[in-house]
Amino acid sequence: MFDHFFADGKTIALGALTGLVFGFLLQKGGVTRYNVIVNQFRFRDFTVLKTMLTAIVVGAVGIYAMVQAGMIGGLSVKAAELAMNAGGGLIFGVGMVLLGYCPGTALAAVGQGSRDALVGVVGALVGALVYAEAYPVLARTVEPIAKFGKITLPEVMHVSPWVLIAVLAAGSVGLFVWLEKRERAGAAAGAGSGGAAGGVSPRPA
Amino acid sequence: MGNVFTRARWSPYVVGLGIGVLSWCTFYFMGKALGTSTSFVGAAGAGLCTVAPDHVASNAYMLKEYGAKGGGFKPIFDWQMALDIALVAGAFLAAWLGRTLKVERVPSVWAERFGPSVVKRYAAAFAGGFILIFGARMAGGCTSGHGISGGLQLAVSSWVFFVSMFASGVAAAAVLFGFGGGKKEVSRV
Repeated sequence: MFDHFFADGKTIALGALTGLVFGFLLQKGGVTRYNVIVNQFRFRDFTVLKTMLTAIVVGAVGIYAMVQAGMIGGLSVKAAELAMNAGGGLIFGVGMVLLGYCPGTALAAVGQGSRDALVGVVGALVGALVYAEAYPVLARTVEPIAKFGKITLPEVMHVSPWVLIAVLAAGSVGLFVWLEKRERAGAAAGAGSGGAAGGVSPRPA
Repeated sequence: MGNVFTRARWSPYVVGLGIGVLSWCTFYFMGKALGTSTSFVGAAGAGLCTVAPDHVASNAYMLKEYGAKGGGFKPIFDWQMALDIALVAGAFLAAWLGRTLKVERVPSVWAERFGPSVVKRYAAAFAGGFILIFGARMAGGCTSGHGISGGLQLAVSSWVFFVSMFASGVAAAAVLFGFGGGKKEVSRV
C-alpha cells in the first residue's frame, strides 16, 4: 500500500524548510514552554494570544490581498461541521492544558529539551490511532450535525472580508495596547506586592 | 546581526509577524496552509502498518485523510510530515543559539501545583497528548491548521474551534490550578 510512502523531494524539502522556520519562531517566541501556555489559560501570561492574533491579522491581510490580486488560486478552508469543530475544540482545550503544549509546540518543545513534551507526542500518536478507530461512529452520529461546508465568516455575514480584517486588527491592537499598559503597571507594582496584576508573567522558578 | 539569533527570546509581535509572513509564503510558493496534526495520524497509521497492514488499509479515517483518488494511499511522508519533523530541528537551533537548550522533565508551574514527581508529570503529559490529538482530529485541525491558518482565512469552522478550545482551556486550567490569579486581582480593586 505504500508504493509512494515518500512525496517528491521538492515537496519534502519545502515542508522541511517551513518547519525549520516555524519551529525557530515558536521557540524564540517562548510558546514552546509549558509555563507560558498554561499561564495563558490562567490569564497570567498573554504571549500565546499576542503571537496568535498578530499572526492571524498579518496572515489575513496577505492572503486576502493575494486572492484579490489573483496571485493564489483561492482559500483552503476547512469544512464547517460545527458539532465536530466545537466538540473537538472542547476536548482539545483540556488536552492542551494537561499537556501544556499543542501538537506543533509539543514537537518544537522536544527540540529544546522538554522531555514531558516527548511523552506527550507519544500519547498523541496513540490518541491518533484511537481516533481512527472511533471515527466511523463519530461520522454517523456527530459529523452530520450543523454541517455547512467550507464557509467563511464574510460569506455568512455578507460583509467584505476587509471589514472583518479591519475589526480584527483594531480589536487586536486595542487589546495589545491595554495588555502592555497593564503589564508595565504590574511590573512597576510587582517589585513590592509580588506582581498582583494578572498580566505579568510569573518569575521563573 | 548575530545578536538577533543569539537572543534568548523574541517579542511575541515579531514572532507573530514572522508566522503571518510564513503563511503567505506557504500559500504562494507551495499552495499549502500551515498545519501539524494530520501527520500524527499518518505516523501512527504507518507504525501500525508494520503489524496490521490490512487493518490500516481498510480504516475509514486513514482513507479519508490519506486515500488517493485512484485507490491506495497518498504519500504518508508528505509536506506536513517533513514540516513536523523539522519543527524539532528548528526549535533546537533556536534554543541552541539562544542558550536556552535545557533538559526539562517537570516544568516549574506544574511542580508548584503537583509536586516534583516525574511519573505524575509524564502520566499527565501522555494523557494530555492523547486527548489533544483526539480533539484535534475530531475538530479537523489544531492550533496551527485551525487556529492560525483557518483563523486568518476567517473560516467559520476555525473560529468555532478557536473559541471553544480557549473556553475549555480556561475552564480546565481553573479546575487544575484554581482561580488564584483572579482572586488577587479582585482584592486589588
